[in-house]
Amino acid sequence: MAAGVAAWLPFARAAAIGWMPVANCPMPLAPADKNKRQDELIILNVSGRRFQTWRTTLERYPDTLLGSTEKEFFFNEDTKEYFFDRDPEVFRCVLNFYRTGKLHYPRYECISAYDDELAFYGILPEIIGDCCYEEYKDRKRENAERLMDDNDSENNQESMPSLSFRQTMWRAFENPHTSTLALVFYYVTGFFIAVSVITNVVETVPCGTVPGSKELPCGERYSVAFFCLDTACVMIFTVEYLLRLFAAPSRYRFIRSVMSIIDVVAIMPYYIGLVMTNNEDVSGAFVTLRVFRVFRIFKFSRHSQGLRILGYTLKSCASELGFLLFSLTMAIIIFATVMFYAEKGSSASKFTSIPASFWYTIVTMTTLGYGDMVPKTIAGKIFGSICSLSGVLVIALPVPVIVSNFSRIYHQNQRADKRRAQKKARLARIRVAKTGSSNAYLHSKRNGLLNEALELMGTPEEEHTGKITSLIESQHHHLLHCLEKTTNHEFIDEQMFEQNCMESSMQNYPSTRSPSLSSHPGLTTTCCSRRSKKTTHLPNSNLPATRLRSMQELSTIHIQGSEQPSLTTSRSSLNLKADDGLRPNCKTSQITTAIISIPTPPVLTPEGESRPPTSSPGPNTNIPSVASNVVKVSAL
Amino acid sequence: MNRCPRRSWSPLGQATRSLYQLVTGSLSPDSVEDEFELSTVCHRPEGLEQLQEQTKFTRKELQVLYRGFKNECPSGIVNEENFKQIYSQFFPQGDSSTYATFLFNAFDTNHDGSVSFEDFVAGLSVILRGTIDDRLNWAFNLYDLNKDGCITKEEMLDIMKSIYDMMGKYTYPALREEAPREHVESFFQKMDRNKDGVVTIEEFIESCQKDENIMRSMQLFDNVI
Repeated sequence: MAAGVAAWLPFARAAAIGWMPVANCPMPLAPADKNKRQDELIILNVSGRRFQTWRTTLERYPDTLLGSTEKEFFFNEDTKEYFFDRDPEVFRCVLNFYRTGKLHYPRYECISAYDDELAFYGILPEIIGDCCYEEYKDRKRENAERLMDDNDSENNQESMPSLSFRQTMWRAFENPHTSTLALVFYYVTGFFIAVSVITNVVETVPCGTVPGSKELPCGERYSVAFFCLDTACVMIFTVEYLLRLFAAPSRYRFIRSVMSIIDVVAIMPYYIGLVMTNNEDVSGAFVTLRVFRVFRIFKFSRHSQGLRILGYTLKSCASELGFLLFSLTMAIIIFATVMFYAEKGSSASKFTSIPASFWYTIVTMTTLGYGDMVPKTIAGKIFGSICSLSGVLVIALPVPVIVSNFSRIYHQNQRADKRRAQKKARLARIRVAKTGSSNAYLHSKRNGLLNEALELMGTPEEEHTGKITSLIESQHHHLLHCLEKTTNHEFIDEQMFEQNCMESSMQNYPSTRSPSLSSHPGLTTTCCSRRSKKTTHLPNSNLPATRLRSMQELSTIHIQGSEQPSLTTSRSSLNLKADDGLRPNCKTSQITTAIISIPTPPVLTPEGESRPPTSSPGPNTNIPSVASNVVKVSAL
Repeated sequence: MNRCPRRSWSPLGQATRSLYQLVTGSLSPDSVEDEFELSTVCHRPEGLEQLQEQTKFTRKELQVLYRGFKNECPSGIVNEENFKQIYSQFFPQGDSSTYATFLFNAFDTNHDGSVSFEDFVAGLSVILRGTIDDRLNWAFNLYDLNKDGCITKEEMLDIMKSIYDMMGKYTYPALREEAPREHVESFFQKMDRNKDGVVTIEEFIESCQKDENIMRSMQLFDNVI
């Protein structure tokens, strides 16, 4: 019920008096208005901007934040107003919804910000009025596409735990950039498609004369060569098709897809030709089949995004195309009939029948004007000119729709590509900012330890090297510290970890590793050969590694390297007595390393993996590759 | 209430005019003016004091009423379409348009096709603050469609059908075709004293006063405002 109409509810109830004399049974009791207060003004302070409205206005929608008692949580006793620390611009729309019953979507507002605000106030976006609903839905769709795009590209780059051979192959087929082999395959197939198409074309070119007979097309002159070329191409295509069929996650769906049909149609004529070479009767039909070889050119659509966009545009403009066709057909029939009857009188007229006039009409309406059929009577000429004028109109009208559709889809793709290209740079910048924060913890810890060590050793206080941390920072650090204590592991940064790794790989590992060793058997190999292995997802001890955008993840690696602690800053080094490296200590006698991994690097990881020689993005960013192995070894 | 100035063109003249406009491609200026005129219609009610005198509402109640009224009808008057639309919002399952029409006619006391705020408040004042007799009078007025002083069976049947229409299709027990008619019969049996097939105002008031249920229900909505 719209809000404005809610004000009329008293009227509707009063008008119910008209039913009373007619009713036979007694009426139910009216709900009593228990606290019938006078309508009062409520002040809503949203980030400093004060809005005022009647209480009853807000109570029109009791299942929203403002209409229910939930707003009492935001009541500020001192100022006797409701304070919301939210965006005042969007709140304007929200409040107008209560007032008028219509929710509007301001065009200048970002769609996700708006959605967030609506969710906060408990208003369903579906109530948006018709005036703004379309715009809202369009923006929402764009946003969803963008998100899906991001997710897709993330998924593509996210390292899968262990892809089966089949899955790797499918990924290679779909996305040639995943591995060099895929890229090679991609180019080879492209080359052969081109070769095949050119062969088909050149086959028909007249190629000089063999003395004693008429001019032959090349295909017949060098038939063996062309046959070999054709065979080679078809073999490649067949192999490719079979490989794709094998690798497809859903074979049935693959078979039904357009590309697979094109593949089949491209290679079928050859096989049919092989089978039917001896049969003279159907050789005529066979020759026609050869025309299907030209479909090989459609295989290029796997290689060209523009072609795919064109195909998609045509598909999405199907209704406009249909309309174009229908209107053209109508016009053709009308004008053909008119021309036929107009030209019936003239002698030797080419317009022998209405279907014969179709050709003239089409040629005229599309402004081709071959001139093989020309009206001779005056009436015919008049109608002919009307025909050509209207042809221009009829064709010109739906074309802009198709063009705009194509342009929209094309630009969308452009934007997606641009986003992907910018993403790396963007993420690198974000990462740098984030590593700053994680390093801050390690930094402050070191400083804290240093200070403790200094105190332990009884030296006079040196200057604090650490900077003064804010309250929030110190609380955060305290939190991380508690976590360390809980898990008996410590945070260190990457270089330390790598050093440890190197050392421990050089040392002999005592076989008395604790039974709580999880996951991979060869700690050494997994630890240090992490670069060559495809990274796994980030399992971690404490937090579920779910969203890539989740907060800091933790993976703990515990390495026994206690004999020669090279970490001067680790706790254990300070606490170790020279004789006893293994004594359990509440301050974790072993060098435990826990890596804080930053959410964004997983995006980079597969690239780091797949292109080991090419780039090693800065030392701080290789953390996830390090964190690929989670081995919890408790040495206690 | 404004009406579009009627243009009494002959059809031929109109055709010539539109052909001319087609050829010259000019916007017809009339339509723009028409819209402009319609949108400036704005009816303002009399002052608060006068309304206070005429009706039995307090000042605050009138303020609340006006605010709600103006919200839904910014132009200050309600026409029948608007009225029907507002009323239908309260009965989403059924078709309340007929009953809304009857209501509209009951509120539109001067029969000018629109309900202004004064009409609105006057009607509400009778329903909510009037004496029982006033209310019964008002109800009688509602039922008496042609305002001739007596309710015939056909009029009552119309009213009854419109009330049943508001229920819609999905009822329990399922609505039968004869239900309104039967209801009308029982109504007439109760109200029509002299069995002459019509119910006059005196019969109506008398019968209602004898019925306790009706008396009680007439006061049900007293504190709606």
